[in-house]
Amino acid sequence: MTRDESKLLYAESHEWVDVADDGGDKIATIGISAFAIEQLNDLVYMDLPEVGKTLAAGDEFGEVESVKAVSPLYSPVGGEVVEVHSELPDSLDQLNDDPYNFGWIIKVKIDDESALEKLMDHAAYQKQCADAG
Amino acid sequence: MSTTLANTPLDAWHRDAGAKMVPFAGYEMPIQYSSIVTEHQACRTSAALFDVSHMGRLRFDGDGSEQLLDHLLTRRVSDMKIGQVRYSLMCNAEGGVLDDVLVSYLETPSGKRYHLLVVNASNRAKILKWIEPHVADYPKVTMTDRTELTAMIAVQGPKAMNACKKLFSFDPTRLKYYRAKITDQFKKPVIISRTGYTGEDGFELVVRAEEAPRVWENLLLAGRDEGFIAAGLGARDTLRMEAGMPLYGHELSESIDPISAGLSFACNFEDRSFIGDAALKKIVADGPARMRIGLLPDGKRPARDGCKVLANDPPADGDLADGELAAGGQKIGVITSGGPSPTLGHPIAMAYVDRKFADASTFQIDIRGKQVSAVSTPLPFYRRQKETK
Repeated sequence: MTRDESKLLYAESHEWVDVADDGGDKIATIGISAFAIEQLNDLVYMDLPEVGKTLAAGDEFGEVESVKAVSPLYSPVGGEVVEVHSELPDSLDQLNDDPYNFGWIIKVKIDDESALEKLMDHAAYQKQCADAG
Repeated sequence: MSTTLANTPLDAWHRDAGAKMVPFAGYEMPIQYSSIVTEHQACRTSAALFDVSHMGRLRFDGDGSEQLLDHLLTRRVSDMKIGQVRYSLMCNAEGGVLDDVLVSYLETPSGKRYHLLVVNASNRAKILKWIEPHVADYPKVTMTDRTELTAMIAVQGPKAMNACKKLFSFDPTRLKYYRAKITDQFKKPVIISRTGYTGEDGFELVVRAEEAPRVWENLLLAGRDEGFIAAGLGARDTLRMEAGMPLYGHELSESIDPISAGLSFACNFEDRSFIGDAALKKIVADGPARMRIGLLPDGKRPARDGCKVLANDPPADGDLADGELAAGGQKIGVITSGGPSPTLGHPIAMAYVDRKFADASTFQIDIRGKQVSAVSTPLPFYRRQKETK
C-alpha cells in the first residue's frame, strides 16, 4: 500500500495526516512532508512520544533535529497516541527517501474530527510551500 | 527583509549555485549549497571552498603599527617576522574578549611593510570603534578598513595545497603553517596564508573584490578532479566545532576571558603591557572561575548552545561553599556550541563549567528538560593526520 501524497491533508507546520477508519475510530497517521525534510536537510535525531499519551490539536508531540537546528513536531489532530514508529529515529536517512510511507511518525486516535477541517489539501499546501520557497 | 544586508563579491556565484542564503553579521551568506554533511566531508577528505569575505580586514600602515597592535593585542606583535601570522585576542581592561583575530605581518613586492588584522564580521564595527582612539596616539599610523575593497576565500582540506600550488606565482606549499605571503595570480595581487578554521590543512586568500569570482572559479577548476566543492557557513561551523575552535558569540564574549577559554597560549605577559593585562594576570594567579571543556553526550541527540550542564559528582577538591550541593544535579555550566559531528558520527559539545568541576569525567546535560549523560573529553574532538615533514 503506497500512500498518495496528493490525497493527504497538511498542516501549516508541514505535518501530513492520513485519516483511516478503524472499526468506527478515526486513526490519523502523521508524518512530515518532503518539503519540510528537504528544508531541514541532514536529519540527525528524532524524539517520539510514548504510546498512550493524549495530545490536543496543535500540541508538540516530538522533535526532529538536523545538523543545524531543532524543529518541533506538532500534532495536527487531538487524541490518544496509539502507535509510534519506533524504528524511524534510527533510520532517518530512509525518512528522506520515503516521507509518506516508511516516514510515518505516529498514529493518533482522533478525538475531535473538526480539527481536520483546519488542514489544507495538497494543492493548498503546495501553494504554501511555493510561497515560502 | 527590513534591514539592508551587504553582499560579498561572490554573491552571484552562490545564488547561481543554488545556495541557501541567510543573514549573518550584516551580510547575506550561503549557509549551505547541497548538504552540510556533504560539504563537511568534502573538506575532511578533499577540499572545500568557503567565501569568508564577511570577515573584517583592517590594514595598519606606518611607523608605530606594531607598537599600536602590541598595546591592543594579548599576544606580542613586535617580534613578528615578515610573513608570520598569529592568532591573538583583543581584550577590554577587564580582560573580557572583544574579539579573536589573526594578525599578519606582510611585505609588498615593492618592499612596503604592513600589518593585516582579520576580525570577526560580527565585531568589525565594534573593533573599528575600539581601535580608532588608540590610532590617534600613534601619529604615523593609518588604519584602513579593506573589507569592502577585497574578498576573502578559504580553501580547506587535505588536497587544498597540492591542487592549487600552480595557481600563483609563488608555490604556496612552500609556506609553513601560519605563514603568509603576498603573491599574484595573473599579475593580480593575492595575499595567501596557510591558515584556516576547519582543523584541516589549507590556505586563505585575500584578493581584490573584482577579482574574486575569477579566483574562485580557478580554485574550483584546479580542484575539479579532486572533488573540491563550495561549502557554506553550516559546514564551517561543524568543522570548527570538531576542531575545538572557539567561535565569538559562543565560546568568546566580553564576559569571557582568554584564560577560561583555554587560550593562554595567545597571551604573552613578559616584558610588555597591553590592554587587559593586569586583569588577565590576576586571573592566571587566582585561577579562572570556569573552564572550557569538550563533552561527548550519550546517544544521538545533540546538546546545543544554551543547554545547562549539571554536576554528576561533588567537586574533586570537596571545596564547596555553604549551601552548595554536595551531590549531583547542580547547574555548574552551560553548553556554548554543540551539534552532531559528521566525522565522528555522534554529538559533540563545548561547555564552560565551574573550575571546581572541570576535571570531572562525567556530567549531565539538560536538553530541553531531559537529562543526558556526557563524558568529558580533551579538545579538539578531531585532529587531522599530519604529513611528516
